[in-house]
Amino acid sequence: MAAINITNVSKIYAGGVEAVKSVSIDIADGEFIVLVGPSGCGKSTLLRMVAGLEAISKGTVEIGDRVINDVEPAERDIAMVFQNYALYPHMTVYNNLAYGLKNRGTPKAEIDARVAEAARMLEIEQYLTRKPRALSGGQRQRVAMGRAIVRKPAAFLFDEPLSNLDAKLRVSMRGEIKQLQKRLGTTSLYVTHDQLEAMTLADRLVVLNGGQIEQIGRPLDVYHTPASTFVASFIGSPAMNLLRGTREGTQLHFGSQMLDLNRAPAFPGQITVGMRAEDLRVAAAGDQSLTMKVEYIEELGAQRLVHGTIDGKKLTASLSPDIEIGETMALTITPERLHFFDADTGKRFDQPFANAGSDRMSTSANVIKLENAL
Amino acid sequence: MHRTKLFDHVILMMGVFFMVGPLLVALMTSSHEAADIHRNGLQILPGGHFIDTYTTVLTREGGFTGKITGLRMMMNSLILGIGFAAGKIILSMLAAYALVYFRFRFATITFWMIFTTLLLPLEVRILPSYEVMNTLKLTNTYTGLIVPLLASATGTFYFRQFFKSIPDELLEAARIDGAGPFKFFIDVIVPLSKTMIAAIFIIMFVYGWNQYLWPTLMTTDESFFTLVRGIKQILLVWVGSNIPDYNEAFALAILAMVPPVMIVMIFQRWFIKGLTESDK
Repeated sequence: MAAINITNVSKIYAGGVEAVKSVSIDIADGEFIVLVGPSGCGKSTLLRMVAGLEAISKGTVEIGDRVINDVEPAERDIAMVFQNYALYPHMTVYNNLAYGLKNRGTPKAEIDARVAEAARMLEIEQYLTRKPRALSGGQRQRVAMGRAIVRKPAAFLFDEPLSNLDAKLRVSMRGEIKQLQKRLGTTSLYVTHDQLEAMTLADRLVVLNGGQIEQIGRPLDVYHTPASTFVASFIGSPAMNLLRGTREGTQLHFGSQMLDLNRAPAFPGQITVGMRAEDLRVAAAGDQSLTMKVEYIEELGAQRLVHGTIDGKKLTASLSPDIEIGETMALTITPERLHFFDADTGKRFDQPFANAGSDRMSTSANVIKLENAL
Repeated sequence: MHRTKLFDHVILMMGVFFMVGPLLVALMTSSHEAADIHRNGLQILPGGHFIDTYTTVLTREGGFTGKITGLRMMMNSLILGIGFAAGKIILSMLAAYALVYFRFRFATITFWMIFTTLLLPLEVRILPSYEVMNTLKLTNTYTGLIVPLLASATGTFYFRQFFKSIPDELLEAARIDGAGPFKFFIDVIVPLSKTMIAAIFIIMFVYGWNQYLWPTLMTTDESFFTLVRGIKQILLVWVGSNIPDYNEAFALAILAMVPPVMIVMIFQRWFIKGLTESDK
């Protein structure tokens, strides 16, 4: 068990393509960090650099107090779980688990004990004599995790381990990984493109885009105070509504429609406004409102996603199923629930309204402070 | 389906007839006496001299020196076939392993150079090869018989394609598990290649077993003669007023077929097993 410090790490491929651009993450001992981002954002490359499967072009990676840039993967004291499990097809489950220990010259008795312990933990004891091909996808993934556990490494590295499983199994395996990690207390670095997986597993999320960190923070902080329009649209389902608007005095104009904030906010005239689908609600009589033209509805059972447009711009609202849907709907939102982003850079403006959300704000490192924006 | 069933059987039976027929004729003819064959031609019924012909062929000391027996020739053929197949597999696996898993300069060019030699048959380089072996004083040795034929573009090519189909994650998992290049080769690559090895062993054994020109060039000492050469020899030795020992030539031909057939049968089982349950 150890802390991992990633300092200004870059990956530059031959030909000058920069897949990872000066990324720094400090991971505390025992922390579960999830790297999340769209495909091609460099999350896997970063993980593979920590694992030692890719050379580090610039910067340093420390595990414990040791810089491991030039250390062989086997000597890094890490274990990795791969997307396609990467079990040795010709070895029994037992040998798959034991192989890494054998190569390290662990005494036979200890190998037996450790494999038995891991097998019990993962409930794969009855499969120890089987070959991987005789196992289902979920069982194979457990074996892959077992192979990581028996080594008792300083850190677990997960490379999209659940992507090959069906949806139901993915949810249950997600829970198991989380519990297992809590029980073992091993520092973990987990790569996924699934924002739901990221939200549910992470102690802290690292949102990557184009090889750069967009935001690091606890899942709920990232959800409630996304640092940029990218994070806002990536984290959360349905994605946050982002509307181009213009501020005039205390009023926000979206084309022909308008919301009055009642207070003069401190940002320039052109602005991107973010609204979570679940923050939108049907306006009561007397509320100020935006009129949405309803286009289609997705029934999710517990709630209903209403897709439509406001002045030609797309908007999604998550409403209770008992609300009647008309051709147009008057929607409103509490001004405190609005998110404001720079129209050009997409960076967040810190909440311009006092009190609301300020406690969340302080924990989020990458949020641009209002002062800076002015 | 029903309508074509009879026709299917007819085709199969014709296949069997044309494939097995000649073998049966050879087997039956070999059980007759040479004079009988000379008079009456090929036979399709057993002739009653089965055991003595085969005993003679296997144990009689013949040839110019009068020392070479059928058994001896069979052993030579086996040494050549097995040495040839095993050597080719080891060499081409190592070459393919280097080509696929190690990044070295000119790897691609090296591969294509090896690959183009596929187009050159042994006969093209047979004289220079002979000259080299002669200079090294390796004529009339098993080393001289086997080593010059070991480099195999075909084998290297097959193994390269196979190694490329093994997922990279296995290598990565092995690296994290602390397996070096040699350990990875022995512990992962070789077991995974089992079916491939079986397939190539079949092909190469038969190819080595059937070699005629190279052993003929390389060996003048009769104790190194192979079966395939021996058959020819029997028909050549008894020229003059003697009737050639047709029966013995046929017996030797049948004997020469047995080991390759056995090899195919033994390895085929692995081969098919590997095909049906292959997952990497």
